Amino acid sequence: MNLRAIAAIYRYEMDRTRRTILQSVVAPVISTALYFVVFGAAIGGHMGAVNGVPYGAFIVPGLMMMSLLTQSISNASFGIYFPRFVGTFYEQLSAPISVVEIVAAYVGAAATKSVILGLIILATAALFTPLTVQHPFWMLGFLVLTAVTFSLFGFAIGIWADNFEKLQLMPMLVVTPLAFLGGSFYSIDMLPPFWRSVSLFNPVVYLISGFRWSFFGTSDVNIVVSLLMTLGFMAACLAVIGWMFRTGYRLKA
Amino acid sequence: MSTILSISDLSKTYKGGFTALHPLSLDIERGEIFALLGPNGAGKTTLISIICGLVNASTGRVAVDGHDSIAGFRRAREQIGLVPQELATESFETVWATVSFSRGLFGKPPNPALIEKLLRDLSLWDKKDNKILTLSGGMKRRVMIAKALSHEPRILFLDEPTAGVDVDLRRDMWRLVRRLKESGVTIILTTHYIEEAEEMADRIGVINRGRLMLVEEKDALMRKLGRKQVTVTLASQLAALPPRLAERGARLGDDGRALTWIYEPARVQAGMPGLLADIAAEGLTVADIDTRRSSLEDIFVDLVKGAQ
Ligand SMILES: Nc1ncnc2c1ncn2[C@@H]1O[C@H](COP(=O)(O)OP(=O)(O)OP(=O)(O)O)[C@@H](O)[C@H]1O
Ligand SMILES: [Mg+2]
Repeated sequence: MNLRAIAAIYRYEMDRTRRTILQSVVAPVISTALYFVVFGAAIGGHMGAVNGVPYGAFIVPGLMMMSLLTQSISNASFGIYFPRFVGTFYEQLSAPISVVEIVAAYVGAAATKSVILGLIILATAALFTPLTVQHPFWMLGFLVLTAVTFSLFGFAIGIWADNFEKLQLMPMLVVTPLAFLGGSFYSIDMLPPFWRSVSLFNPVVYLISGFRWSFFGTSDVNIVVSLLMTLGFMAACLAVIGWMFRTGYRLKA
Repeated sequence: MSTILSISDLSKTYKGGFTALHPLSLDIERGEIFALLGPNGAGKTTLISIICGLVNASTGRVAVDGHDSIAGFRRAREQIGLVPQELATESFETVWATVSFSRGLFGKPPNPALIEKLLRDLSLWDKKDNKILTLSGGMKRRVMIAKALSHEPRILFLDEPTAGVDVDLRRDMWRLVRRLKESGVTIILTTHYIEEAEEMADRIGVINRGRLMLVEEKDALMRKLGRKQVTVTLASQLAALPPRLAERGARLGDDGRALTWIYEPARVQAGMPGLLADIAAEGLTVADIDTRRSSLEDIFVDLVKGAQ
């Protein structure tokens, strides 16, 4: 195990965040605060409680998840895409590091950022609405698991993308809709039966549902199913990345 | 001498079907400077990239000090430093940070004293806290060299180290390479500048269109092929070469004025006065004499042309 290499890449990635603190942390916090103002304060005042949870508090886990998904993907995809784009990735390819080590370093750094960001958003939210977390251990668990899973997904996108458009395409075209339709702002039980069934094909539903359960003790789908779906998605991402490195896909000619 | 790098039957066909490298075998000796010469597109970078793990080989294998470059990639790559042909550097990192990063990437514990020495040797010390984007092109190239040397490699690949580099820096680079060789580092460099190979290399390989055409000790190559040529320009035009001069092996150019004669440097004493005497005996007036030693460049051009 080349731990020093993992540490070097991890530290490099964290330094990059520090240099770009505005995009990395401030921007998502501001946009989350705007959601709270609009949905929590303005609209939420006219909404009843959902499953016994006041609407302002109800949307907190969903908003955290939405930021977590988009930030994990953009952090991780950019982290690997950029050195490929500017041509400095030759060094990582020529160094005595295994795929597992490269992935651990990049994904670890991206996930760390996302978790920190999630916690900042939680703290921001607590300023707007009273919050209690019933299962803090599970809450952190879901936070870390989701951050890692979607950082893996982002990492794969960063290898797949061969231009900046593609790098932004996936998050915009796929992830944002899935996150919006995944029950960030509503319980899928509020949907007609047909759309409820359709929603069950959306992996984000399981993430948000499980995460929300850790806050309020109620969920749309069984917590075990949530956990299994998340792990399943993570395994799929790992398999794809493993294949990419084995075949040299877009990394080596 | 022992082999430090063994390349056997290595070939590369890129996606799309272009064969950049035909099966090629080559052994590099420990501690030598090996120069790989070849025209644009010959396959030099492809060969280096396969050895360093940037490109997958289509066939064949590479062993670095006995370690297979794929099965034993850790032990193999630890020993290799690469300065690629293309300038590719971070922008917002400092020189110090990027060189330290490279050392960490290769699994070595921090060693500020070593990095300081490297930066001083490469005249980068006063730039150590500068962001890389504030450096000039030549300085960036030196940063890349510092990165490649940061983990104390035993084998250094320099892919056109002096392309786009001024004369001073080229001299510095040559000095650095010699110093590295003295410390036991094996160096493999590619270059378009023949004088560079002539100046530095112990052995020379010529590669063209993905085939290794020749591998020779530089001195032997120069001795074998390094002839001298004298060109005598006559004051007046000749219709035909006088038999006396033809017997010596001299040749007359199309313009009827340039007389060329090729000779072995060792036998110049015997030949040259005789040639000049014969020219005088024919009643010809010499306007100019020019001699030159055929350089590696001529050898190279002959080889590459001959193959086409
Ligand atoms: N990724 C790639 N895909 C397809 N063909 C490639 C690729 N990389 C290189 N080639 C082709 O392989 C051949 C050899 O290229 P290579 O870069 O090894 O040459 P070189 O000897 O280093 O040339 P130069 O002196 O210009 O640097 C060229 O014809 C080039 O077009
Ligand atoms: Mg090249």
